[in-house]
Amino acid sequence: MINQIAYTVFWLSAVVALVAAWMTIRHTQFNDAMFYAVSAVEVGTLALLGTGIAGVVTTDRHVAGTLLISYLVTLVLVPPVTILWGVAEKSRWGTGVVLIGMWTVAVMSIRVLQVWHG
Amino acid sequence: MADPGTQHGFGRVVVAIYAVFALSASARSLYQLATKAAEAPMAYSLSALAGIVYVVATFALATNRPKLALGTIAFELVGVLTVGTLTVVDASLFPDQTVWSDFGSGYGLVPLVLPFVGLAWLRRNSTHAR
Repeated sequence: MINQIAYTVFWLSAVVALVAAWMTIRHTQFNDAMFYAVSAVEVGTLALLGTGIAGVVTTDRHVAGTLLISYLVTLVLVPPVTILWGVAEKSRWGTGVVLIGMWTVAVMSIRVLQVWHG
Repeated sequence: MADPGTQHGFGRVVVAIYAVFALSASARSLYQLATKAAEAPMAYSLSALAGIVYVVATFALATNRPKLALGTIAFELVGVLTVGTLTVVDASLFPDQTVWSDFGSGYGLVPLVLPFVGLAWLRRNSTHAR
């Protein structure tokens, strides 16, 4: 379950990062579509936090629980900060911030899987 | 928009990247020091130092303090080059990974590129200001 959700979050955030990169190149400002896309990533990170906590509590394996949960909590915080910063920046660099934020989510979701599998 | 400050434009992106590294480097070192400080004290205290450097650089960039930013980013550049070279030459010096190991290859080489971006941005910024 953690695998599927982490990979979904990874692909979703990677795609949003690519679109944001394209928008930055095209001098496009942060728009409604970008807002919904980042919100969708946020839903994914929340689902990952839920299943991650459940996984740490129920598993018989030895998992670095504190590390995993600190990653998951940070993941949940990145999209809202990205949105606030992206909306506040009225130039193409608003989407530039989204690119950085979504790239961070993509990398961290893979790190979550590495920590989960030991 | 040729506003050179970090409140706008590309400067905001530079601050965002530094913020990510400030967070990840210091969080990692706190975890390492809290759980297994004795295993590789050298590597872990270096992680902590790198974390502090990123935090100060982020603060300096976000609040437009060019001198402090220049100092910390220059330190960061020397750090990543020194530690990068040492880890390649003699891996046994650092038994566990740090942000700067192998020139930051564990972080997509961003730690190596970031100080150059920071310095270039500071330089452009100061020419604008004059």
